[in-house]
Amino acid sequence: MIGRYESPIVQVVCSVLIPFIQLFALYVIMHGHYGPGGGFQGGVLLAVSIMLSRLCLGKEVSHRKFPPKLAMVLASVGMLIYVLAGLVPMATGGAFLDYAYLPIPWVSGAPLRYLGILIVEMGIALAVFGTLVLVFDKLVEER
Amino acid sequence: MKWLTIPIMVLFLAWMLYATSGLPSRGDPQAPASVYVSPFYIERSFEDTETPNIVTAVLADYRGYDTLGETMVIFTAGLACVLILMRKGS
Repeated sequence: MIGRYESPIVQVVCSVLIPFIQLFALYVIMHGHYGPGGGFQGGVLLAVSIMLSRLCLGKEVSHRKFPPKLAMVLASVGMLIYVLAGLVPMATGGAFLDYAYLPIPWVSGAPLRYLGILIVEMGIALAVFGTLVLVFDKLVEER
Repeated sequence: MKWLTIPIMVLFLAWMLYATSGLPSRGDPQAPASVYVSPFYIERSFEDTETPNIVTAVLADYRGYDTLGETMVIFTAGLACVLILMRKGS
């Protein structure tokens, strides 16, 4: 069902746009601390960049650049990051999801909570990204 | 017995609407949520977490457990979709 889009203008423009979309997605994830954004929004933008490559560059090229099995791995890794950010503080003396007890040696106190929120947002972004690309790949798969 | 379902659903709907009428109105300054909970988050979120965005601090630090449940729901919904679509395709 997905073939390479015939017009070379579309192919070139999409190839140029995809890294900028990913960069903007990273900006949205990191900027969740200061304005609108955060993990969910950035994850969706990352998934959009992969979907654009699947639609415009065709199946062979896009599957070589980002294989479908990698999406499931990344989604699981994102979930694992979030759950580990909850369980590791229990091992070092705090409560579940208490970021002040994360074992990062050179920060402590309020900056450590800042880092904890950032780690958790990265986990959320990876989980959302992997889930969306996985569902998209299953929907357009042919037998 | 199937004709019982619609009256039971209507009764349940009426019961729920009656129960929600006891909640305080939206934005009420005398509600317990705006008297005890909101000032705590607004005053203490910057010195606790050093993030200027109070919404992110509440979502990811004070109520991080709910966000964990939400991410789990997204992940499980994606897996369920994949399982259903796999059976049809190959």
